Order: sequence, then structure tokens, then C-alpha cells
Amino acid sequence: MANVTLRNVRKTYPGGFEAIKGVNVDVGDGQFCVLVGPSGCGKSTLLRMVAGLETITGGEIDIGGKIVNQVEPADRDIAMVFQNYALYPHMSVYNNMAYGLRNRGMAEAEITTRVEEAARVLELAPMLERKPRQLSGGQRQRVAMGRAIVRQPKVFLFDEPLSNLDAKLRIAMRVEIRKLQRRLNVTSIYVTHDQLEAMTLADILVVMNGGQVEQIGNPLDIYQRPATTFVASFIGAPPMNLMPLRSDELKSQIAGVDGAGIVGIRPEDFAISNETVAGGVALGLTIEAIEHVGAETFVYGTRQREEQGVAANPGDLPPGEVIVRVPGISRPVIGERIRAVAPRDKLHLFTADGRTRLGQ
Amino acid sequence: MVEQEGFRRYVAHVILWIGIAIVAFPVYIAIVASTQDNALIANGQMSLLPGGHFFEVYYQTIFIGTSGSTREPVGNMMLNSMIMALMIAVGKIAISIISAYAIVYFRFPFRMPIFWIIFITLMLPVEVRIYPTYKIVADLHMLDSYAGLALPLIASATATLLFRQFFMTVPDELLEASRIDGAGPLRFFWDTLLPLSRTNMAALFVILFILGWNQYLWPLLITTRDDMQTIQIGIRKMITTTDALTEWPVVMATAVLAMLPPVFVVVAMQKLFVRGLVETEK
Amino acid sequence: MQKQSIFQSKLLPYLLVAPQLAVVLIFFYWPALQAVIQSFLLQDAFGLSTSFVWFENYVELFKDPAYFGSIVRTFVFSFAIAVSSLSFALLLAVMADKPLRGGMLYRTLLIWPYAVAPPVVGVLWIFMLHPSLGVLSRYLRNMGIDWNPLLNGDQAAALIILAAAWKQISYNFLFFLAGLQAIPRSVFEAAAIDGARPMRRFWTVTFPLLSPTIFFLLVVNIVYAFFDTFGIIDTMTRGGPGKSTETLVYKVYSDGLIGGNLGSSAAQSVILMGIVIVLTAVQFRFVERKVTY
Repeated sequence: MANVTLRNVRKTYPGGFEAIKGVNVDVGDGQFCVLVGPSGCGKSTLLRMVAGLETITGGEIDIGGKIVNQVEPADRDIAMVFQNYALYPHMSVYNNMAYGLRNRGMAEAEITTRVEEAARVLELAPMLERKPRQLSGGQRQRVAMGRAIVRQPKVFLFDEPLSNLDAKLRIAMRVEIRKLQRRLNVTSIYVTHDQLEAMTLADILVVMNGGQVEQIGNPLDIYQRPATTFVASFIGAPPMNLMPLRSDELKSQIAGVDGAGIVGIRPEDFAISNETVAGGVALGLTIEAIEHVGAETFVYGTRQREEQGVAANPGDLPPGEVIVRVPGISRPVIGERIRAVAPRDKLHLFTADGRTRLGQ
Repeated sequence: MVEQEGFRRYVAHVILWIGIAIVAFPVYIAIVASTQDNALIANGQMSLLPGGHFFEVYYQTIFIGTSGSTREPVGNMMLNSMIMALMIAVGKIAISIISAYAIVYFRFPFRMPIFWIIFITLMLPVEVRIYPTYKIVADLHMLDSYAGLALPLIASATATLLFRQFFMTVPDELLEASRIDGAGPLRFFWDTLLPLSRTNMAALFVILFILGWNQYLWPLLITTRDDMQTIQIGIRKMITTTDALTEWPVVMATAVLAMLPPVFVVVAMQKLFVRGLVETEK
Repeated sequence: MQKQSIFQSKLLPYLLVAPQLAVVLIFFYWPALQAVIQSFLLQDAFGLSTSFVWFENYVELFKDPAYFGSIVRTFVFSFAIAVSSLSFALLLAVMADKPLRGGMLYRTLLIWPYAVAPPVVGVLWIFMLHPSLGVLSRYLRNMGIDWNPLLNGDQAAALIILAAAWKQISYNFLFFLAGLQAIPRSVFEAAAIDGARPMRRFWTVTFPLLSPTIFFLLVVNIVYAFFDTFGIIDTMTRGGPGKSTETLVYKVYSDGLIGGNLGSSAAQSVILMGIVIVLTAVQFRFVERKVTY
């Protein structure tokens, strides 16, 4: 049971590369914190710094009220699940889980109790004597989880634990991890590049980019009010449509906010309509591609001309593409011309550099 | 492919059997000679079929030796060879694996110079430094001792390189998981790295045992006492005497006995042998 | 070269490298240094005094026709052993690479001579081809050849080459087979579809693709012929008759041990070191190329 607090944490490699440029995060006791971002954003480095596997160049890491900057990984009372599981290939499932406990001098009877309990929870009981190579990917993943659980640590650390599983198993394990964490109520930090995984798991979502935190908060808040264009395009699939506002006249007409340079609209916030919406956006689109997902359909269109505020930007690649979500029952046709409108309150406005959100 | 059916296949089989015959013939002759009467052989009238003296020749060879005055039972020579080969194989593996571990898993001053010092020994085989090495072993009072036989041959850049290469392929996460599980450097080495290296160690052991057993020049230099002879030296001394006095059945029986352990290792542990051979040459 | 994740410890790594370092320094570097020093010294006939003579030992060596003869002989032996053993092993490997029944059995029956020690090889062959009692000598004499390798230097040399090549067949076979099996089947199939007959396929596809292996084995065989033939020579001919089978390594041994000429023997050792360094460098150049290949 512990809070994890990162205060102005920095990491600079000997070559001078700044991997982490001052990060502040506060994870409350029992909370599930997810670090998400594209590869190379520093999220794994940050997690490994919490684990004690990477040294800290600046700032403080606090676990349960104790600064752990100089503490060995074994003494931080954390457990970690690795991306490739890092199971000891020569040890049985049982011994993989028991190893860390034995190293701490725990009595064998207590070890057996804990391992068997973990095996029961993770449905590994029948395979305790097997070696890792005799297990399926999903089972190995469970053993890695089991190794963390038996330790009953203050903090769980997960480094992309599901990325080696196939899509279906990934979803199943995602739900299981969440349930398990709720039940054990152990503070957890979880690294992923998959925004869907991040959204579904997190109590606190930390979106990172280029060694910095772009936004921290509740996943839904972040989804509904992204702080930067990076967050706007990273969280949500398909991503938010981001369109530059070119002339000042258009800016004031549509935005009514000083300094707005970019408008963002999520695909699901469009409606196909011929009406004009006051203060909103209407786009004339030619349908170029259609993705039927089942319950919904995504339409990829190009803007035909400037209409009610938003200019087609010739610099965009592909030029002026807009994604619109329509109900699964509608049957759009390629080449068809449609008019997509979004009301004023669904618009996200950002400064031209994309770093600042404007308005509500 | 179609053309490999039929005729060409028979040709291949025939060529391979001819090859096997050429490879096996000298050994066949040795086995045959070791079962025959010396007088017959000395007259140049050896039969190409096994004779009837198998038990007496091998009994004499193993437990008594030749009929000469300075004879030494071959059984004792085999024991010496075995001790030397095992010391070389085990010693090389032991000191190489720990030095490779230090070089891969630690960062310390003079790490690279030390690596190069070990690496360059590849260019200093025993043949190019025989007399000075002999002198040092003599100064250390290690002539006619097992330590003197094995120690100078025990350092191996090849084995160090092999382990280094293998350690580099062990995922970093395994070390990290161990650290989180509370294992220090020695515990990680003993609990994780050593068990993972088992196959490599076994393959290396097979090769090093054969090389150790077959050592010739070095034991020739530093053993003077008959009871410290290895079998390779013993066999050479048996044919030193004038041709007429050479007891060929005993010599051939000794040759067969000298081949037996390493050949057995190659055939019985073929997979490990091939692996070891290919890995050490990389 | 090194892991990202490592242990922190000041003393432990030194303790771990200490045994190897000790053995290497005491039994490798110190004697090698001694050899170099010794090669600049001259000892008088009674071993009472030594004097520093610069390169005199080397100069004497190169003025000595026996040493020059030994160099030429060693190279001739090396190439003869390498070429004969390699070509026979390649033939066998190409045959064994075909999808034959009993492929593993063939391999087993061909690789075991690797384990036979050089002195034993020498004993086996001298026994078969001994002038008075050898089983094969009878046939040679019946064919009208005056076979006596104990008196005829050329015959002795041929015998050494034969025995040394025989031992090396298994090693070469193994590596050729591995090399052949590393070539994708589809390459041969493509060549067959392109109309290349088996013989032509061998020379235009197999042989070029095998050339890295051939080159590697050539170097290994030369090293083998330089050093590992010592045991064969010592049991078969002791460098004789005359000096007709005295290779460089054998000469170091006999000049030092029998002749007691330590300075000259040391100078020869130093020259041998130079040769090993060149061969090792060549071998490593090759390894690098194999990586890019």
C-alpha cells in the first residue's frame, strides 16, 4: 500500500541525450496509473527508473513516503512484469514464482501457500511443474503476473505486458489485469503504447511525448478535453481530425476565441446534414474510402472547397483528409458527396503550435 | 529433385562407403594387429583377419605394459591421461566462464585491456613458447605433476569468447527480473546464468576433453617419470626401441585404448560434439 | 560488447578475472617474453656465460640452408595436406548432403577420426606402411615400388602428408556438410530449373556459395599442418630420414632439446609467433567477412 510520487524526475544519458525532461506524477494508493505515448517517448525509461533499473539524473522518486533514488531494485518492494516476461527458462513455473521469495529468506511453507494461491487465482495450478517453454504465450504472461503477485509488493510495474499476445488474448488479459488490480488494491504503474489499453485500464492516464508529460488526468477527461494537439491525435481511434484555421476572418467567425490556429473535431462528433450550424463547422466531402467496422462505419473524405470556416490545407498529406463516423446501418458509396457538420460545442481549439488548448 | 533418384543415389552411397572404408581401414588394421602374435607380425605376415590373442594382449597391455625393463602398465597411463584431460576441460571452463561473466556483466577500470590480454593468447600456442614455459614450470617445481601437465594449457581465449558471445544473447530482462527478485551478482550467476549455460558448457567440455586427452608435445616435455606418462607419450616410447624389439600387438592395443575414450565421446555425444566444434571455431 | 544492465561492484569483477589472468600472465606472456629475450642471447658451449648478440641468432638462422629447407618443407606439407584433405572431404560432403537414407549414420561413421590423437595417427600409419612388416607395403613392393619411408625422404614426406590428411578429413567433412546444409534448397532447385546439370550446378552454384567455408577451412588446415602434425612426425619419422620431414615446429623442438641451442630455438619460436599472428589475423578478417556475407 503506497503512493508513488515523481518530483521533477530527469534522465540524461552519458552521451547527453535527455530521455526524461522533468516529470511530475502523483499516483495515489491503490490507483492504476498508465503511462502512454509513442515509442521513444520515455515511458519505459520512466518505469525502469521507478523500478530502480535505471539511475535517476535529477529529481526524486518517492514510494510510500520514502525517497528511493539510491535504493536497490530488490529493496524497493516493487514487482515488475516485463514485455518478454523474463521468465527463468530453466526453472519450473513454481520456482519462477518462488525464486524472489526464497531470495528474501521466506519460510518454504509460506512460499507454498502464496504460490498456490497465486496459481489458483491465475488458473495456473495444473502447470506448476512445467517449464516456461512448455507454456502458451498467455500462460507465460500469467506466470509473469504470478511472480509479481506472490511478492505482495507495494507497487506493481508493468512494461507493455500484453504486447506479445494476439489481439483476442490481449483484450481478455486486459480485463483480467484490471480485475486483479482492483481486488488486490495494489498501486500500479503500467506502460503501453496502445491508447485503447491505456483508456480502459487507467485511473490516472499520463500521456507522454518526447520525454515530457503532455497531460495527466482521468482518461475520459483527457479524451474529452485534450490539452494539446498531440494528445488529441494520440488518444482516440481513429484520431481526431485536426485542421488549420487560415485566415483571421475565419478564425474569429468560427472560433470566437483569440489566438486559435487549429480546430479539432472527433470523427463521432460529425453529423451528415444539410443544415447550417451557427458557430460550428460544415465540410463538403467527397468519399474516398470506407471502413465498415460493424456497429459503425468510418468514412474517409477529402474536403472539396472552403466552406463555413475551415480551409483545405494544401500542405496536408493526404491533402485535406477528414474522417467521419456514421452509423453502421448507413451505406455510403465511394465518390459520393456528403456534407458533414459539427456543432460549436464539439470543436476543440488550439493555438497554431498545438501546445495550448483554448476555451472550455 | 527427380534426377537425384536412381543411379546418382547409388553412386553417392558407393562413394560414401568407400570414404568410410578409407577412414576406418587404419583402425581396423590396428584392432586386428592387437589380437595377433608378435612373431607373425614381425615377419611381415600379418593376417587381415582378427587373431586369437585378444585377451592376453589386452591384459598384458593394461596391467603390465611391454616386456621392456622400464615398462609401465597402460592402465596407469590412461588414468594419467584421464586426470589431465579432465583437469584441462574443467579448469578451462571454470576460469573462462567467470572471466567472461566479469567482462560482460560488470563495468570496471581496465575491462577492455584485460579482455585483450586474454584474447591475444590465441596467438601464443604452446608450440611457440615451449622452452621458456618448460623452464617456468620447472622453476615452480611442477615437473612430473598433474598441475604442471594441466595448468599451462588451462587458459583459453576461445572458451572465454564463446561464453562472452553466449552471455550477450541472454536477455537483459532476466538480469533485471533477478535484481527485482533480490538476487545479487553471485546469486544471479549461480541460479540463472550457470543453468542457462549448461548446453554450452557440455558442448565445450566434449571438445576440451578430446583436446586434453590428445595433448602430446607438452606432456612429452614435462614428464620424465614413467609413472606420470600419459598414454600418448607411452605409445611413442614403445616404438622407440629397435624395430625388431617393438611389440606390435601391445603397441596396437595401446593405440586402440588411446582412441577409445575420445572416439566414444564423439560418437555418443555427437550432437554436443558438433555444436562444440562449430561454436569454438566461430 | 557489453550489456546495458549491469552489476555495480568494485572488487568482484577483478576476483572473477584473476584466475584466468594469472594463468595467462604466468604461462603465456612471461614465457613468450622469455622467448623473445632468449632469441637475442647467445650461450657458450658449456652454458657458463650468455651474451647479448642482437639479431645474430636470426641472421644465423636465415643463413642456415637447413632452416630455409624447413620453411619450404612446412609450406609444401601444409598445402599438400590442405588440398588433398579438403578435396576428399568436399567430395564426401557433397555426397552426404543428398537426401539419402542413413544420412546420420554416414556422418557418424565419417567424423570419429577427429578424436584420434596425432601420435596415434602416426603409429597407425607407420604400422600399415612399415617397410618390413606393413600390410600395405607388401602390395607396394609387389607393384615394383621400392618402398622404404625409413630411408627414402620423399616417401617419408608422402607418408606424413597422407597420415595428416587422413586425420583432417573428418573435421573438413563436418564443416563442409554444415556449409552445404546452410545453402537454401531453393537455390539448387532454381539452378536446376535454369537448366544446369548436376556437375555444372556444383561448379556454378555450390562451389561459389561454399567459398567462405573453403577459405575458412584452408586457414584452419594450414594452422593444423603447422602445429598439430608434430605428434604424427614425432612417432613416425622423428623428422628424418636426414631432415626430410623436419617442419618448423619440429625443428624448434629438436634444436632446443636435442641440439641444446636455446638461442636459435628461441629465435625460431619468435618467427613462429609471427606466423601464427598473421594466420590468426587472416582468420579474423575472414570471420568479419562471413558476417557481412
